This record gives sequence, C-alpha cells and structure tokens, in this order.
Amino acid sequence: MTTYIIRRLFQLIPVLFGVTLLVFLLMHLTPGNPAQLIAGETASQSTIERIEVSMGLNDPLPVQYVNFVTDVAQLDFGYSYRNNTPVFEEIKPRFWITMELAIYSTILSIFIGLIAGIVSAVRQYSVRDVTIMIIALFGMSMPNFWLGLMLMNWFSIQLGWFPPTGWGSAGQVVLPVITLGTAGAAVIARMTRSSMLDVISQDYIRTARAKGVHEQIVIYRHALKNALIPVVTVVGLQFGTLLAGTVLTETVFSINGLGRLVIDSIMARDFPVVQACILIISVIFVVVNLIVDISYTLLNKRIDMD
Amino acid sequence: MANQNIEQNTDHSEVELQAMNVKKPSPWKDFYKRLKRNKAALIGFYTIVFLSIVSIVGPFLLSMDPSDVDVINKFSRPSAEHWFGTDHMGRDIFTRIVYGMKYTLGVGFGSVFLGAIMGVPLGIVAGYYGGRIDNFIMRLIDILLAFPGILLALAIVSILGGSLVNVTIAVAIYAIPGFARIVRGSTLAAKKLEYVDAIRALGSSDLRIIFKHILPNVSSPVIVNATLYIASAILTAAGLSFLGMGAQPPMPEWGAMLNDGRDYIFDAGYIAFFPGMAIVIVVLAFNIFGDGLRDALDPKLKN
Amino acid sequence: MSTNESILEVTDLRTSFFTEGGEVKAVDGVTFDVPAGKTLGIVGESGSGKSITAMSILQLISHPGKIKGGEIKFRGKNLLDLSEKEMRKIRGNQISMIFQEPMTSLNPTYTVGQQIRESYKIHQGLGKKEGSKRAIEMLKLVGIPSPEKRLDQYPFELSGGMRQRVMIAMALACKPDLLIADEPTTALDVTIQAQILELIKELQDELGMSVVMITHDLGVVAETCDYVAVMYCGKVVEYADVRTLFKNPRHPYTVGLLKSLPRSDRDQEELTPIKGTVPSPDEMPVGCRFAPRCPFATNLCHEKLPSLDDVGDGEQIRCWIYTDEWNGDPGVKVYEPERTTEG
Repeated sequence: MTTYIIRRLFQLIPVLFGVTLLVFLLMHLTPGNPAQLIAGETASQSTIERIEVSMGLNDPLPVQYVNFVTDVAQLDFGYSYRNNTPVFEEIKPRFWITMELAIYSTILSIFIGLIAGIVSAVRQYSVRDVTIMIIALFGMSMPNFWLGLMLMNWFSIQLGWFPPTGWGSAGQVVLPVITLGTAGAAVIARMTRSSMLDVISQDYIRTARAKGVHEQIVIYRHALKNALIPVVTVVGLQFGTLLAGTVLTETVFSINGLGRLVIDSIMARDFPVVQACILIISVIFVVVNLIVDISYTLLNKRIDMD
Repeated sequence: MANQNIEQNTDHSEVELQAMNVKKPSPWKDFYKRLKRNKAALIGFYTIVFLSIVSIVGPFLLSMDPSDVDVINKFSRPSAEHWFGTDHMGRDIFTRIVYGMKYTLGVGFGSVFLGAIMGVPLGIVAGYYGGRIDNFIMRLIDILLAFPGILLALAIVSILGGSLVNVTIAVAIYAIPGFARIVRGSTLAAKKLEYVDAIRALGSSDLRIIFKHILPNVSSPVIVNATLYIASAILTAAGLSFLGMGAQPPMPEWGAMLNDGRDYIFDAGYIAFFPGMAIVIVVLAFNIFGDGLRDALDPKLKN
Repeated sequence: MSTNESILEVTDLRTSFFTEGGEVKAVDGVTFDVPAGKTLGIVGESGSGKSITAMSILQLISHPGKIKGGEIKFRGKNLLDLSEKEMRKIRGNQISMIFQEPMTSLNPTYTVGQQIRESYKIHQGLGKKEGSKRAIEMLKLVGIPSPEKRLDQYPFELSGGMRQRVMIAMALACKPDLLIADEPTTALDVTIQAQILELIKELQDELGMSVVMITHDLGVVAETCDYVAVMYCGKVVEYADVRTLFKNPRHPYTVGLLKSLPRSDRDQEELTPIKGTVPSPDEMPVGCRFAPRCPFATNLCHEKLPSLDDVGDGEQIRCWIYTDEWNGDPGVKVYEPERTTEG
C-alpha cells in the first residue's frame, strides 16, 4: 500500500509540472505586453523597458518558468496589475469564502444524493424511484447559474426569505449552496442508485438473506458498505466540478470569492491574479483527487484481490 | 472410449468457434431493438430532431427579427403577442430563443465533434501502441484533467478572447480527455481479442487493423460519450456566455440572454426564465437520449 | 416413505418469473419429500428449475419472480403461510443454505468473524464475545486451521475451498435441521470437491440434519444422496432412492443422463449424449416436456402431459410409458445397459 501511495505521489509530478507550465504560458500566449499593461497605455518606452527588466521579462522563457515555479512554491504570485498589491493578499480572504461554498455544497450534494439514490434503489421502478430519477435528470440538466437566478427571484425577491446577494450570514449561505450543490446531488444520486442495484444482485446479499438477516440490515449494512465504494470516486470528481462551478455561482450571487475574482481579473486582464486563482483551484482539485483515489484503492483492495 | 469422448468435445468446440467467426450477429440491429423499447430515450431523440429542424426552419416562420428593438414595448410580460415577453430593449424573447437554437446546438455538436477528432486518435494510439507513447499521452490527458469543470475552458477563452467560435474550441479541448480515455480503454479491450492477434500474425498493417478492427469496436462507446458530452458542452458554453466570455451581444445566444436577464432579475424575472428553460430542455433531451443509448449498447448495465 | 418421517414435504410448488416476454414457469408443480436425517439430491440440467426450487423453499425469490402456489411443509408447518418475520427466524436457523459460488457469496467488506457472528446475534442474541467463541468452534468443526486467526480475516484472504468451508460454518452455525446445498462444489477444484462433500456428510451425521443436495453432477448424487429427484423443465420427472435410480432408472430422461455419464462399474461402448437441447421457456411443449428429445415419444407424449405417479417402492415417475395408456413399444419399460450398444 505504501508503495502505491508513493507511486501515486510520483505521478503527481508530471501533472503539477504540466499545470504550472500551462498556467505560466497563459500569460505569454496572451496578446499584449504585460509591462505595458502594468505601466498603462500612456507610459513612455523607457518606463516599459524598466518594468520589463525588473520583472525579468527579457530572460529566456525557461528561466522565467523556473523563477515562476520557485516563486509560486513560496506562495509568491507576484503583484496584481490593477492594485499593485501582492496577489497572495488579494486571494487570501476570498479563498476561504470559496472553500466554504464548495465544501458546504459538497456536503449537501453527498447528503441528498446518497439518500435519494438509496431510496430509489431499494424500490426499483416504484413511483418513488421514477420520481427521484426524473428530478435527478432535471438537476443534471439545469445550468446552475440559471437555477441560482430562479431561486434568487423566487425566494429572495418574491418571498424575501433570504438576502439575494453576498456571503457570510446563515441566510446568505442557503441559496448559493443549493445552487451549487444541486447538480452534484443529482449525479451522486444516480451513481448511488446504480451502484446499489448492482450490489443488491450480488451473491453475498443472497447469503445475508439466507442467514435470516432483516431486509433493512441487508440494505443498510451489507449492501450500502459495498455500494459506497464506487460513489467515492464520483464525489471526488464532483468536488472539482463544484470548485470550478463557484465561478458561476459567485457571479450570480455577487459573492466576493475566488471564482468572481477570476472573472473580474480576466476582464481587467490582470493576469497574475488569473494565474494564481487557476493554479490554486487546480492544485486543490488534483490533491483532493489523489486522496480520493488512494481511499478508493484502500476500500476496494478487498474486492480487487479476487 | 475416453479418447473418443475427448475427440467429440474438441470437434464440438471447433464447430462452435467456426460458427462464432462466420456468423457474427449484427450488433446494430439488436441495439436498435433495445433502443426502441426505451421510451424515454426515444422521446429524447425525437426532441433533438425536432429542435434541430426548428433551429433551421424556425427563423423563416417567424415574423419578428431577433434584433428588432422596440423601446416602447420593453419589459412586456408574456402575452399573446409576445409569448415569452420582451427584454430590456423590447426584443421578442421567443423569437430570440428560436434564433438562438442554432448557436446552442452548433456549439454542442461542433465542440464535441472537434473534441472527438482530437481525442479519439489520441486514445487509439495510446491504447494500440502502449508503452511510452501511451504513458506520454495519458500524462498529457492527466494535465488537462487537472483543471476541473469550466475552469479549463475559462482559461482557454481568456487567452483566445471571447467569441462563440473560441468557446467552441475551448469546450472541444475540454472534451478531449473524456474521448481519449474511453477510446483507449476500448482499444485495449479490442486489442486483447484473439482475432486481432491472428490478423496481425497474418501480416496486416497497423493502420489496417486500426481502421478495420479497432475503430468499429470503439465507435459505440464514442457515440454514447459524445451524446452525453453534448449535454455538458452546451451547459459549459452557456456558462461562458453568461460570464460574458462567450457569445457577445446582441447575438441571441441563450447564455448571453441569461446574462442580460440577470441584470433585470429584480424587476423582470421572466427574461431569465425562458432562455434557461430552453437550455434545460435541450440538455435534458441529450441526457436522456444518451442514457438510453448507453443502456441499449451495454445491456449489462441495464438495471 | 410416509409423512411422519419427512422433515420437508414440497407439494405442487409453482414459482414463476414475470418478464417482458411473459411468464416463465421456472418451477412448475414440483413435488418431493425429504426424509428426516437423509439426503435428497435434486438433479437436473441448468434451467431445470432446481436452484429456483431451493430458493423457493427459503422464500428468497426476488422480483420479478414469485411463488405462485403449492405447499412447502417443514416439520408439518406450511412455510408459505408464515409471515416474513417468522420466515426470517427459520432462515439460517432451522433451514440453512450454501451456494455455488464461494468466491462471491461472502461479503467482501466484512471479516469472516463478523459474518459468522451475525447468525448468532440474529438467532440466539449472542454478543461479540460469545459469538466469537462459537464461531471459532464452528470453524474448527469445518476443518479450518488456526480459526482464531481466520476470524479477523477478510474473504479475499482465503482460498475458494476455505471460503466454502466458511460458508458451511456460517450455514451450520445455528445447527439447522435442514441444509440446502446448491451446487456446493461446482466452482471448486476436483480434489477440494471431494473434501467438501465428505465434510458435509460428516457434519450431517454429527448434527443429525437433513440435506437437500442440488447438483447437475450424477457423481455427486451417487456419493452423497439417499434419495434423488430428477428435474426437467421445472418438473420432477423421477423420484427414487439412489440405488434404484442408478440400477434401474425408468424415465427416458434419467436413462439418457446416465448414458451420458462415464461409469466404472459397467462396460460401455460409448457415451451417448441426449439429443437436442432444453426447450426455451417460450416454446415449451404442451405434452411431456421431454417428448421432443425422447427416443420413445409417441403422439400421446407430444399431446398430453403425464402426471407424477407412484410406481411402487416409493418411486414416482412422470412418464406415459409406465401407465396403462401407453401404446408404444412395450419393450422400453426396463432400462437395460446392453441397449446402449444398439444406438
């Protein structure tokens, strides 16, 4: 097992290399001179040259890349073009807002998804099952930003139950979390259902029944434990989708998180900030997936050995 | 006696083998039969066909133009004259949705087609040749997969600039990993089939084997993946336009219309309602059709 | 045999599966007795309904299957009249079952100990400590070395033979009166097969239980059974004690089965497989189910289904040959090994 974990950690290296390289190139592939962007349109040629030198923009690209990675490893993402503040300082307060949003939404989607999936599978083809699966299909097919707008229109504007924008108070959390968590809940519900149905037809479930085990216990102990194993992977992938989905949700609800910062920075061509945000979100996603993969393998070891 | 028995058995299995090779039942016929039994999938399919026809024919049947500004009648609620109401510039939302259909379907089909064109060969090469090539390709795919959800498309659009074409390209790139992975898996499975070994022993070229024997085995998972992927491509593209990174006004693209609607959500919620509903219907149709295809192609998964 | 000696009497059991293509009568009026303390073999090809019969006894038939009718009398009580709750008290306690696939019949996510202890907990309310003690005794009984260590192992850490022993230990944990073994050795290596069969026999003597042995292997029947019910297409076609069946099989299907089996006690010129295949559910013959493959079939056989009749000595046959209505070749009534040379 330790060797497996070490091997997985080694596999991380090319991925992180590729991710940093792509993010680094983002700045260089973009039309326009960064020095010009910093100095402003009216800056003199000499000012621009001075900035180019101070930023090392005249160094060969590989040197610039190595410098970039070294800086990033020390959480130094450079300075924002817009505010001339360290990018890290810009990001820090927003980072936790986005993490909160993503984590709450993930918890919500796991909670709802699991319950719905189990309830569906236990009574396959019942009215309950069909209803839940239709709702799940809708949940998967809705653009989350549209769902957010509709929830806002109904619950904030018409009914006045929740504040329409912002983040922080309990009321402000509700709608964004539902908005972001719905698609994930739908995906997890579908996955849980099919995994449960798969497990319920296994021989060892028949064994449990033949032993005289109560049907409830057959489902919730013997079947569920096995059925959850493949669901773990889906949860990991969903977390990534959710993390990226904050871009849209934060825009809808005017939440000052990382997602909104990305959009604002792209609009303002503030590339150091864009780079940092994309890098941070991707690295979190890669690490979460690594953890999920390892736990999946741990959980699955017993079955795979057959 | 015992010998006789064994001989009998071998004869039998040879005959069986021959029968298997000679008479390969058409998988497509079987597939079509199963698909026809799946009512939901058929509804999805007919919806897609209907919407495709509407996207082409619809504009000719409408009396209004999507960019007809009518300031006097702005923000009119849905009525007999304006089925879905009018927006902040008095443009007819129903007309705009009908005109916008082709952009949505176009981005969906276009990006998935582009993604398949890039992803399928990568997957085949990785699976067929294996070894270092496989390793290299799969690491590249891993890198693309490290950018979750809409983020990769967002990064690409931020380089290329916002337009519907660039969104299509961005979403296509985002589709590559899915195709490459699925195709690699099916290629590996097809390569393991004994007859492929036999054909190679007979001196068939790699290219011939790939086109005649691997590709047919890969096609059905690709089709299923493509159908389901169109659904998420449409969602991603609409999301980018909603963020202002895709289709630019005054184009009647649904995501961009939602972006407009967002500004008036406090006073005129219906402006955002209808384009979103249109997206839901299209995406839903692709999702249920894709689900049906998958069930029909893989009866083992059918529960 | 008379009623008071039987632990299980199955009468006219009917179990069907309701599929898109219509009703499939998997078990279609099955009748047999299991004499107390003895072993009954149920033999048949795959699809004959023998496993479904076993699952029906414990009422483990799940959707889209349904027990449509008949009687399953266990110790004189009809199990089909019991509630699900009462039935649970019987499963794994008075009637236990072991299955064909030891590799997949144990839950991969629980230890051997947890799975055996569960039986004690359900049926005897024993806690972890007492349950573990009993589990170790059972594992010892089924011949598993160092049982204390096995208790904390997961199924994947055991070989196929070991897993089947664990299955048996689990099934016998509560000392059942009846053990149903559904092809218990089919998935195992030949050497292990013999060991497992021997083990079941030993335990039967030790615990004084009755056994229903479901198998397609006449060799297993010869080794382990006292009585045999031969099933074909959801019906019992012949019921006899094991010696009579092997010495003097009467139903043409049984005769066919025996002829296709290599035997050491007789000279055989060649093995003759039964011609044709088992009919599929949607083209089930109206008359005798075996008629299309039977070398002696007459019009009567094709048109009318024979009933399962006593032919003396506790033997029952479902075949027109042994009735007064038989109008075919009168010489076919007795199975003579020599006849095989002609065919």
